[in-house]
Amino acid sequence: MMEEDINEAHEAGEEMVSSSEGKKRRAIVPGEIIVTGEDFLPGDGARREGDNVVASRFGLAEEAGRIIKVIAVTGSFIPRRNNVILGRVIDVTFNGWLIDIDYASSSFLPLMESPRFVNKSEMDQFLGIGDIVAAKIWSVKSKGIDLTLKGKGLGKMEGGMVFHISPNRVPRVIGREGSMINLIKDKTGCDITVGQNGWIWVRGENVDSEIKARQAVELVADKVHTEGLTEQVEEWFAKK
Amino acid sequence: MALKRIDGRKANELRKITAKVGIIPNADGSAMFSFGNTVAIAAVYGPRMLHPQHMQNPATGILRCNYDLLSFSVHDRKRPGPSRRSQEISKVTEWALLPVLDLKEFPNTVVDVQIYILQADASTRTAGINAASMALAHAGIPMKNLVCSVSIGKLDKDLVIDVNKAEEDFKDGEGATDMAIAKIANSNKFTLMQLDGKVQPEVIADMLKMANKACEEIYKIQEKALKAVLE
Amino acid sequence: MSAMEISNLTRETIAKMFAQGKRFDGRKLLDSRDFKIEYEVSNCAEGSARVRLGKTEVVVGVKMAGDKPYPDSLDKGNLMVSGDFLPMASPRFEAGPPKFNAIELPRLIDRAIRGAEMIELNKLVIKEGEKVWTVFIDVYPINDDGNLIDAASLATIAALKSAMMPALDKDGNVDYEKKAKDKLPLAKDIAPISVTFYKLGDALILDPTREEEEACEAKVTFGISKKGKDYLINSCQKSLEMEFTEEEIAKMMQILPEKFEELTEKLKKFL
Repeated sequence: MMEEDINEAHEAGEEMVSSSEGKKRRAIVPGEIIVTGEDFLPGDGARREGDNVVASRFGLAEEAGRIIKVIAVTGSFIPRRNNVILGRVIDVTFNGWLIDIDYASSSFLPLMESPRFVNKSEMDQFLGIGDIVAAKIWSVKSKGIDLTLKGKGLGKMEGGMVFHISPNRVPRVIGREGSMINLIKDKTGCDITVGQNGWIWVRGENVDSEIKARQAVELVADKVHTEGLTEQVEEWFAKK
Repeated sequence: MALKRIDGRKANELRKITAKVGIIPNADGSAMFSFGNTVAIAAVYGPRMLHPQHMQNPATGILRCNYDLLSFSVHDRKRPGPSRRSQEISKVTEWALLPVLDLKEFPNTVVDVQIYILQADASTRTAGINAASMALAHAGIPMKNLVCSVSIGKLDKDLVIDVNKAEEDFKDGEGATDMAIAKIANSNKFTLMQLDGKVQPEVIADMLKMANKACEEIYKIQEKALKAVLE
Repeated sequence: MSAMEISNLTRETIAKMFAQGKRFDGRKLLDSRDFKIEYEVSNCAEGSARVRLGKTEVVVGVKMAGDKPYPDSLDKGNLMVSGDFLPMASPRFEAGPPKFNAIELPRLIDRAIRGAEMIELNKLVIKEGEKVWTVFIDVYPINDDGNLIDAASLATIAALKSAMMPALDKDGNVDYEKKAKDKLPLAKDIAPISVTFYKLGDALILDPTREEEEACEAKVTFGISKKGKDYLINSCQKSLEMEFTEEEIAKMMQILPEKFEELTEKLKKFL
């Protein structure tokens, strides 16, 4: 589960690590000039206008060498192939399940994409309406999104609780190489699955440890800046 | 001779502006914007699923704006529910904002913009557009630029910026002419133009010049309010 | 905020927590969130207030207009409470005809105020039999994080208590430009507060967040006021599918007066 989370964070290209990495970041509004010069390359969220590289959305402008991009800090979930997400089953059809992944298009999990053989007659026992499932996005088309359960850690979530954070905050909840999420797992003894769509599942020995894990995740998600976040979280746990 | 406006402002002086982003936690993006006593709030939800299905556009997401006055925002209580006026303003607001948005990434979806006026002292649609522009940016919608909006008045022969209700009702001489514009920030592209009254064609250029200057100020305030969220 | 409907898992978890007397934000089952009230949401209203109860935000405005009296109350002013669940307050609210919650909320506020006789409608006659004042109360949620009804009732009381009578010109029409001098006539010290109990499993809770509210299976709203030393239930309405037992209702009757005192104390700071 963890390795896939990290891959997602890197692929999405929106890792929010501490700015001490030598990447400069500053708040930017749409249309604002980020840098001027022919050498720079506009990346995600930026565009070229003559000599200037200009922001194409609101967020944090980041100069990583020659590549200029704007990291989204606000806004809804944009699904990408290979994202691991948590969704809620809306319907059981004759050949699969309709899943709400908190996006504008509906998502479909074909019967064929379940990790083991599931009889048509036992489909709703395997995954019923209202159940939470961890799945991977297999394809994103304008008609809809296709999901698969073939992969480590995917499937129906049993027990524990799910809650939602802003999807842009997911990379920092995971942390560099999973450091943040592992810290929270250690301190609470909880299993945690993080969906790129902002839905998080935690399960612990008891309700109190689950509440603690959720509060810790929300603490990390609510902060705007990431400097010294690990220390803040460790302090927070020490106080509890 | 310097024009004396009813509230003491100079001809090209805007009313006091307040702007704040992120005022509605449930929304994907939200903002409030006020010109003096005119207070507008805007909430953006989207991109999200669009029903009914026949309204969906497989080539792009669509923008849907809804503007309305709260019933107690005006002296004569406005009955709840859309009026012809609010429907018209909703549509021109949509056209004012659409040119800066890029919704091709989100086919079959809708971006909903809800604009409500809490307190009305004229120039409500311009306050609404300014709020909506910030809310759309806050919602992370791909946007080429912000949109700035302001009203220009002609009171008898004098041009003034940011008309209030007393000026809307001005009756002396040629009476009041009221023009509402919106433009793409830092450009010469106008996305909203509405006018009623009496004005010679040559004067329009002067009104737009006045609006340009005001929009520069408005842009700075919108920028500041948005960046405050990231502090 | 997510538009996703509540999952089986979350409902089970919340039920488990309630059974242990626990809530996510650390409150006890019958604890209410802190609230703040601000005035003058609109200077065009005769009275207006905004309440922030946790992240739930509601604005209420009072407007008055001269009208014909109702045929069965020629010597009284009129009261009309409306509201709209504008789509800005939640991804669940859609434009179009109001859903049940949007219809129910203003009616609950209305009955609590009428039952308690908070507004002295008999003092709102302009010309007996011909012209009376209509008091319009309009309720608008701005952000729904649960318990809109109780939040709205606090803002309504504040808006009414701050409302001023509009002036009439010599023709008997409202002159909104003239400064008002008199307050809206209200019965002294009567303020009906709405308290809504929610139930999940065997647990009774108050002031749920939106997530908690979506998990609940039954709810009942009481309008309660105090006249002298007596507590009076002015209105009551049960909603949703699950039932309440006689014991639960008895428990609510015990809790209501305490809750009324607590909320009235908090509200007084803003009046």
